[in-house]
Amino acid sequence: MDYLRAFILGGTICAIGQLLIDKTKLTSARILVIFVTAGAILTGLGLYDDLVAIGGAGATVPLTGFGYLLTKGAIEDVNTNGLLGAFTGGVKAAAAGITAALFFGYVISILAKPKPKS
Amino acid sequence: MANKKITKQTVKFDNPPSIIQTSSIVGPKEGDGPLSRYFDEILKDELWDEKSWEKAESKILRECINKVIKKSGKPFTDIDYIFAGDLLNQCLSSNFAIRETDIPFFGLYGACSTMAEALSLAAMIIDGGFANNVISAASSHFCSAEKQFRFPLELGTQRALTSQWTVTGTGATLLSSTGSGPYITHVTTGRIIDMGINDANNMGAAMAPAAADTISAHFDNTGIYPDNYDYIVTGDLGYIGLEIASDILSKAGLKVSDKLIDCGVMIFDRERQDVHAGGSGCGCSASVFNGYLYKEIITGNLKNILFVATGALMNTTSIQQGESIPSIAHAVSIRKNL
Repeated sequence: MDYLRAFILGGTICAIGQLLIDKTKLTSARILVIFVTAGAILTGLGLYDDLVAIGGAGATVPLTGFGYLLTKGAIEDVNTNGLLGAFTGGVKAAAAGITAALFFGYVISILAKPKPKS
Repeated sequence: MANKKITKQTVKFDNPPSIIQTSSIVGPKEGDGPLSRYFDEILKDELWDEKSWEKAESKILRECINKVIKKSGKPFTDIDYIFAGDLLNQCLSSNFAIRETDIPFFGLYGACSTMAEALSLAAMIIDGGFANNVISAASSHFCSAEKQFRFPLELGTQRALTSQWTVTGTGATLLSSTGSGPYITHVTTGRIIDMGINDANNMGAAMAPAAADTISAHFDNTGIYPDNYDYIVTGDLGYIGLEIASDILSKAGLKVSDKLIDCGVMIFDRERQDVHAGGSGCGCSASVFNGYLYKEIITGNLKNILFVATGALMNTTSIQQGESIPSIAHAVSIRKNL
């Protein structure tokens, strides 16, 4: 049941992205920023936690989940360390994801060669 | 006295230069398309043993120019000038391609209109008596163009349905003051037309008004009529742009819709090759003109054509700043016999 809920919620978030690609002139980079920001705002409003409770990884893995992580980290750090936490908490919470993206991006760029689209 | 200039935009040559030889090289996707048998060489892969897309594009242009000279049987020293251009910043593919030729060179940027621009200037310089043998050439490469104008290929971004596929390909034409045709008889130089379209994924719509403007100017007070041509071949308007251009021309009262064909439409099989709105890039009209159209004229299947290559003259900064796309079209009138 967890899998099904994650699939439906994650799929819905991705379908919104696909609709934005198909129906608007937004570039993929802008959609990326919109998703991260939307995740951050929804978390700030206390709504994204509900989505995570329903969909689990379906809510945390898409780009909106990165915004969720940043905001959640910032809020927690403010609670423990004061206002400075707003600047440090987000990146601390997302450190594993950011480092993994850099590390694997680098490794893959060495191993793989770019090819034309087909 | 500029006695060869017959209207504001059109010149008529006293001694029309001859196209004495052409060559074309295309990438694998273009070689898999409907015009496959007309190209001189089809690459097996887009890199052609080079380390970068940019180097590959330079090599394609260099080899294409070498090929046209070899096919003509003329020594390199007989070539007076090369007019060439491409899409990369500062026309780098052409600069590198022509580095070792020792031939005087004029670099052009006309975006996808470059082939017609190069033919126009080469014909003028020959009829003006400044040169006997001149090469006109243009190139583009899907991968280098995507990287510069859109996104890195590694990002794997989905393409918009209105977007066109930059052709990997090149074409070169050798023009001469002496020869037995096909001849370039008239050149109509485009004005910059900007109707306010700012979507870089819909260049056909941006360029269509420019194509229509130049085609209208070509028939305006020049004594040339649409019936003089088998076809009016636009550069790379693609499916969307061709329809818009056709609409604008019929509204202006020019009955040419049955004569309009487009290089960007012809070069790919839309359904099978998934290219959305068609082909584009300097190499699109260059390879279709020097491959398909020239060979059809030589075999007699076509006699007279108006070749109208179209260019979208934006750059990456202007698009990021939300500016509209200035567009241009240059027309070259080609006849098998005088």
